[in-house]
Amino acid sequence: MELVKPEFGLIFWMVISFGLIMLILKKFAWKPILNMLHEREASIQSALDSAERAKEEMKALQSSNEKILADARNERDLLLKDAREIREKMIADAKGIATKEGERMLTIARENIQNEKMAAITELKNQVATLSIEIAEKILKSELSSDEKQKSLVNTLLKDVNLN
Amino acid sequence: MANRINIFKHFSLLFVLLFTSFSVFAYEPIDKDKTVEVAPLDKHENHGEKKFNAGELIIGHITDAHDWHIAGEGEHSISLPLPVILYSSQRGLSVFLSNKFEHGHKTYNGYMLEKNHIVAVDEMEQVDAHHATVNEEVTHGLWDISITKNVLAMFVSFALMLWMFISAAKMYKRNPGQAPKGMQGLLEPLIIFVRDDIAKSAIGEKRYHKYMPFLLTVFFFIWINNLLGLIPIIPGGANVTGNIAIGMVLAAIVFIITVVTANKHYWRHILAMPGVPIGVLVLLTPIEIFGMFLKPFVLMIRLFANMLAGHIIALSFFSLIFIFAEMNTGLGWGVGVFSVAFTIFMGMLELLVCFLQAYVFTLLAAMYFGSAIDEGHDKHNHHDDLDHSRNF
Repeated sequence: MELVKPEFGLIFWMVISFGLIMLILKKFAWKPILNMLHEREASIQSALDSAERAKEEMKALQSSNEKILADARNERDLLLKDAREIREKMIADAKGIATKEGERMLTIARENIQNEKMAAITELKNQVATLSIEIAEKILKSELSSDEKQKSLVNTLLKDVNLN
Repeated sequence: MANRINIFKHFSLLFVLLFTSFSVFAYEPIDKDKTVEVAPLDKHENHGEKKFNAGELIIGHITDAHDWHIAGEGEHSISLPLPVILYSSQRGLSVFLSNKFEHGHKTYNGYMLEKNHIVAVDEMEQVDAHHATVNEEVTHGLWDISITKNVLAMFVSFALMLWMFISAAKMYKRNPGQAPKGMQGLLEPLIIFVRDDIAKSAIGEKRYHKYMPFLLTVFFFIWINNLLGLIPIIPGGANVTGNIAIGMVLAAIVFIITVVTANKHYWRHILAMPGVPIGVLVLLTPIEIFGMFLKPFVLMIRLFANMLAGHIIALSFFSLIFIFAEMNTGLGWGVGVFSVAFTIFMGMLELLVCFLQAYVFTLLAAMYFGSAIDEGHDKHNHHDDLDHSRNF
């Protein structure tokens, strides 16, 4: 029974010393330790949070970068398209102008040719006429060079003349 | 994750229950042995021969004493005398060292040692204790606040705690926000364990702060004293946590804190459980009031029985060696091998039990505090508490 009978002395010292040690430890150990632990946990937590925030910011930055890149790409495509259109238009314009110019030059050339041709024909006609007159003069001169020839000519002519 | 923790908790509870029951069973037969062996002891003494008595040895080691036995036995033993402090209204205060009693053979200053207890005698001068007459009247009003073995062991553990925690606290102050080192690194996981797994889970995130100093002090007090009790040489080996007075004081503090901090809700549940008809309340309220006292009482018994049983088992194994050695020296050596092996095994188990008992005591204390301040409005919390109390 001695074992289960609490002794007064032990209870007395236990109450005093346990109470005392609890107060001392509370002031000098538990409070500072728990506060420090709490502070450290808070700082770790805030570090983790800020890392998370930085990650999100990075993600946002990345997505905005991508957006800028996509915009730039679109703009480039647009510019290229415009340039192509302008080029085609310019080519088309140039073609039109050249065709018109060609046609105009052809018409002028044709007109010139026509004019030259007409001039040549006129010239030719004139020459032919001159030649013909000369030939006729020469023929007449040879035909009418002697009397006999004149007589025969008259005869021939007379023969041809049918007095019918 | 929460689920796994719950499973772990259930397992650990099972463990605790197993240990508790085993230890209690283990304790009982030895106690019976003791009573059986007391009778032959007297016979041997009458015949004047000294035979080994396991019961006497074990009881001598696990009970409190006025001197701290170091080595040897009988008249030639070496022991540390401890101060005796006595107060009686008739004789006033008297303080002297316990070696004045000469192991109970002499009286001193009108007192003598009888079966480890100090009693008052009529003879004021120093005489042979066997011829002194006990003064019942003075003995009855005698207050013995001697620094006994357990008190000194307790002081040693307190000094150890002060040194450990204050030096750790200084390290925290010296390098705030740094990773823990040395003593800090050893204690920090345990402090966090007490805070997160005991206080926060049992009391709740909001109000656990108030109880932390007590919970931490009681956890480390029990744990360190349990461990010191495993060390066979001075200043260890005292059976501090296996002494019912220590458990009683701790349980009483738990009870007082529970009652003082309890809210309306707690008292309503004890005195008149809401939603229960009057007829049942007549039965239920006394049970609840009884339960209020039973809870800390069970705390006391669990700690006391477990730690006592550990000491008894270790001592019993060693006693076996000498019991067999008395029959035959060779047999003693043979049994010694097994005894030492078993003691090592039990020692390992005790290391676990030391921690487990500190954990269980602190956890249950925290649960009682938690139930006393439970608001009851939070459905989930309430359910949780009921769950826990059912488990234990």
